[in-house]
Order: sequence, then C-alpha cells, then structure tokens
Amino acid sequence: MKNKYDKDFLIYLLEKMMVVRKFEEKIQALFSDGVLHGTTHLGIGEEGTAVGATMALENQDYIFATHRGHGQVIGKGADVNAVMAEMFGKKTGVSLGLGGSMHLADIEKGIFGTNGIVGANLAIACGTAFSIKTKKEKDKIAVAFFGDGATNEGVVHESMNIASVWNLPILFVLVNNGYSVSKKLFEMTKNTNLLERAKIYDMKAYEVDGNNALEVFETVKKAREEILKENAPILIVANTYRLSGHSKSDNNLYRNQEEIEKWQNKDPIKALIGVIGCSKDEIVALENNVDNIIKEAVDFAKNSPEPTIEDILDRVYAK
Amino acid sequence: MRKITYANAIKEGISEEMRKDNSVFIMGEDIGVYGGAFGVTKGMIEELSKERVIDTPVSETAFMGLAIGSAMTGLKPIVELMFSDFMAVCYDQIINQAAKMHFAFNKKVPMVIRTASGAGTGASFQHSQSLEQMYANVPGLKVVMPATPYDAKGLIKSAIKDDNPVVFLESKEFYNDEGEVPLEEYYIPLGKADLKREGKDISIITYGRMVKTVLETANQLEKEGISVEVLDLRSLVPLDTDAIIETAKKTGRVLIVHEAVKFAGFGGEILSTIVESDAFNYLKTNIKRLGLGYHPIPFNKSLEKEVFPTIEKITKQVKEMM
Ligand SMILES: Cc1ncc(C[n+]2csc(CCOP(=O)(O)OP(=O)(O)O)c2C)c(N)n1
Ligand SMILES: [Mg+2]
Repeated sequence: MKNKYDKDFLIYLLEKMMVVRKFEEKIQALFSDGVLHGTTHLGIGEEGTAVGATMALENQDYIFATHRGHGQVIGKGADVNAVMAEMFGKKTGVSLGLGGSMHLADIEKGIFGTNGIVGANLAIACGTAFSIKTKKEKDKIAVAFFGDGATNEGVVHESMNIASVWNLPILFVLVNNGYSVSKKLFEMTKNTNLLERAKIYDMKAYEVDGNNALEVFETVKKAREEILKENAPILIVANTYRLSGHSKSDNNLYRNQEEIEKWQNKDPIKALIGVIGCSKDEIVALENNVDNIIKEAVDFAKNSPEPTIEDILDRVYAK
Repeated sequence: MRKITYANAIKEGISEEMRKDNSVFIMGEDIGVYGGAFGVTKGMIEELSKERVIDTPVSETAFMGLAIGSAMTGLKPIVELMFSDFMAVCYDQIINQAAKMHFAFNKKVPMVIRTASGAGTGASFQHSQSLEQMYANVPGLKVVMPATPYDAKGLIKSAIKDDNPVVFLESKEFYNDEGEVPLEEYYIPLGKADLKREGKDISIITYGRMVKTVLETANQLEKEGISVEVLDLRSLVPLDTDAIIETAKKTGRVLIVHEAVKFAGFGGEILSTIVESDAFNYLKTNIKRLGLGYHPIPFNKSLEKEVFPTIEKITKQVKEMM
C-alpha cells in the first residue's frame, strides 16, 4: 500500500497524527495541572481514523465532528494555535473562547464543529449535503463522524434514512472505539456488526482498521469518489480504540489494563512509522518539530486576550 | 451532626427508598460501575444489583418513554439524565407524554427525572443551561431544585414517593459540597419553601445554585447593617406562594435571583405572585430581578462566572433598593 505514495506524503500524514497526539497529551497535562478548566474528551489512540479520514477530504468538503473531535478538526486543517486558544477560552480561539473543546469550529475550512450533543451532528450534516445537492455543487461532500454509542440515538437512524432515501452526498464515519463511555458495544447493542446498519437503508458500507491510517485514508478517498459518482451516501465503520479515558473524570473502572495494553501495541502512530520505515533520526526530528508546534500553540494561547461580554452579546443573533 | 456531600445525600435518599420498595429502580447512562457522570450512583450497583441500577444505551427518548410505561404499570422509575440540557433530546416523552398521561388515562405516573442542571463547571453552552422555567410551564410535571445536601435528600425521597412525574434538577456545582444531614430518616414535602435566613430589611427570593451565592451576600451585608431575609423556594411546582407573599409583606423589599436566563424566566412568575396579591400594598420599592443575560453560557472561565448574579451584583442591587 505504501508504495503508492511518496514518502513526503506519508511523513506529512504521520506528522499530522503526531500533532494531534501531542496536542491531546498537552491538554491532558494542562488539565491535570489545573491550567485548563471544564472538560474534554481525548481521542488518544484514534488518530488513525481522525487524521486518515479528514486528510482524504478536499478543502471544500464539510465535516461534522463528534465530542471527541480534536483530531478530526485538526486533521481537516483547523489552525492548531487557534484550537489551543479555544481550549484556553481565549478570544483568538476558533470559537472566540466561548465554546471550548466541544465547540471547535472553523466554517471557512468546512469544519462545522465538534458537538456536545451525541448524534445531533448527523442531521445537520444531512442539511449541508442537501444544500450541496440543491445548489448542484461539484466535487463536494459532507462528512459526519459519530461513535458506536451514538448509533443508539434515534437521530442517527432518522438521518441515515433520510440521507439514503434523498440520495444525499454524505459520508457517515462511524468511529467504533468499542465503548460508549463505560459500556462495551455488546452491552448496548445486540448486533455488534455495525456495518449491517447500512443494510436497512440500502446504503453502501465499508469496514476499516481504524488504527491503519493509510487504510482509512484510501477507503475515505474511494468512498468520496463513489458518493459523487453514484449520488448516494456511504457508511464507513472504522474500528479503533481510545487509550485515554472517556473524559477528564474517568477512573477506567470498566476495562482492564490488559485490554489497554493490547491496543497500545496497535498504536496507529507506531503502526504508520513501521509502514514508512522511518529512521530513528527522522523520528527525533519529527518529534522535535511537533513539540515546537505545540509549544508555540500554548504560548500563543497563553498570550492571547480574553473574550468580553460584548463578544458574547454580539454573537447571539445574526445582524 | 455528620456532614455528607450533596451527591451522597441524593444517593442516600434513593438507596433508602430502593431498600424499602422493590418497585423503585434507577436507570441512566453509565450509572452502574462508572457511578454516573457526577458520581451520584457510585457503589449503588454493587449494593442494589444491576437489575435495579441499570445502564442504558445512549437512547434518551427510549429510556424516558420506558420509564413512563413502567411507571404506569406498577414500577417506580428514577431516570438519571446526565445533563439537563439533554432533556431537549427527549422532549416529546417529557412534555407530551409523561406530563399528559394522568390527564389522558387517569393513570398515575410515579417517576422522577433526575438531572444535572446549571453552570459553574466550564461545561459550555450545551451542558450548562437552567431550563426549569420550561418544565414549570407544563402542567402535569412537578419541578424541584434542592440547594443543600439536607434538602436534596429529603426532597428526592418525597419525589420518589410522589405519584406524578417530578423533574428533579440538581445543581452540578454543588455535588461535592458538604452539609449537615441527620442519620435519622426524614422527608421534605414538595412545595414547601424554606426560609434559609431571617431578616427584616429586604427579602431575596431564590432557588437552586444561587441560594449559596445569595446567602454569602446576605452574610456580608449583615456586617454593613443590612438585614437580608433569604427564601429558598426548593420547588417551583408546586409553588409555595404563601411563603413568597409572607416574606414580601414582612420586609416590603423583594429581590429575585436565579441562574436561568432572566428574560421570560421563573422570576417573572414570582414577581407576579407578589404584585397580584395584597403584598403589593406593602412594597416600599420596585421588585427587582437578577438572572442570566439573554445569551448562551460562555466557556471562558471568568466570563462564565461574571454573566451570572455574583455577590457584587447582588450587593449593588440590594443597596440600590434600600
Ligand atoms: C444526547 C447526549 N446524550 C448523552 C451524552 C453524554 N455522552 C457524551 S459522550 C457519550 C458516549 C458516546 O459514545 P460514542 O458515540 O461511542 O463516542 P465515544 O465517546 O466513544 O467517542 C455520552 C453518553 C451527550 N453528550 N449527548
Ligand atoms: Mg465509542
């Protein structure tokens, strides 16, 4: 698979994943130190899916991220400094510091935000796909990310049905990390073959190893072409795992260390490094570079101004 | 007296009722081994079994409706909704179904919807709202908002015993706050306000998260020679109109403080209760209200504090009214 791509591209993909990883590790540390407030959902271990999928998209495509969306948003091209500033609640943040981790948006880049309400993003994504179709925009799709837990929300069924029967240009990316907070997939859903969800909508579906960024990338690219050609939505089920806890307040009581270690061995970043065959020096250089990006982002965030009450009032209604 | 947290007080109240009555059960997202998003149900599954402390899929509409159906057929469900904002996801079941079942079928619906309400934890605008006025506006529902561990325990026990759907709004900022709770069993009837502090110059009528801020303000104002009476409504439906009227008559000055958006908020109802009664004739100055401005709740830490009634804002308002 790797021979199809030049090394520069592979390194670029790897670097993006490393940025997401180190971004999340940094905010995890900042939360522990009490620098950041509120809560956050880290996707450490899910970078293969988040970055692999978003890098297969075009600038003009729309994405609707989940609550666990730092990787999805950065993968689609959100400015790391501005995302970090949002985590700090600063005015230079992607949502003016008024939203935080669950509300990271950059409409110019087609990023219609992470979302705090599980499943809600699918319906809105259908709306943007409807718009693309109505306006006959070429070479453009909408993408909605959602989790295995979200599949049990009514809105997910309703959205997939309407997308299918109205032939909307939308890609549903199901990030199956096997857990809905503390509950395993089989405890919450009888049929754990999530690919079969597509059947009842007569929708095409692909399953991928979500920890294999290249496989995710290729499948999303292919699905994108097919959606455009066949005028029909597609479901991709990406199987992955979150190594981090569900949110800031998670004691991991619902899973064992053995399972976590098993997945640590399938770390998507290590996997991609293996595929590329990076030398030690190359990795060190990459890591240094990424460390600098993150350090710069933190400095930027720290030195940014706070939003004001006027900023809030200004944003409630369109004028 | 021993002190326990607001979260543990609620857990104690629920556990006591569950031990006494096998028809009571609790369900919600991650309330089992995980112990709930705010730790309220921690340890309950071990004591009371997974048949009665039930983890649900992320399917709010289904489990809210399921609660209604089970309540109409002999069980007494307690539903934990992780955040009160998520009620919007299952609004139909609450507004059109639960609230209407007794009217439609003359059938009791003894259920409790427990949920974390309000701001103060940096959870941003989809996880911080105070939506109580929306439920108070739907006949058929009861609406309870405890502000102390003592009240929380006594009220949850009465809510569970009640034969109607009760929306029980817990202030998420309070979960780890400790307060005195006696070991002996007790109930607090729904619809009884509590005079949290006696005073003679001005009455502040409040409920929920603002009770704490208002009491702190009252203590400060005492030192400046202003004697503040603080009435905690504890429940909005039923509403203790007698207590509201009585305190208004007593001090002749009324300030209403709540966390919810001020415009079209519950404060308007409190104010009307006073001016429509003979207490109106006792007023020495206009009634005032403090609440959230007309905007969503910002994530930014200092703004999240500033946009709500603060000690400074309440103090300033009180002084203007003296
Ligand atoms: C409507 C709604 N219900 C519940 C929640 C609380 N919640 C946040 S994330 C989550 C689990 C979702 O699981 P999944 O879709 O698999 O995503 P993951 O967290 O695994 O990334 C829950 C229940 C929410 N945010 N919105
Ligand atoms: Mg999941």
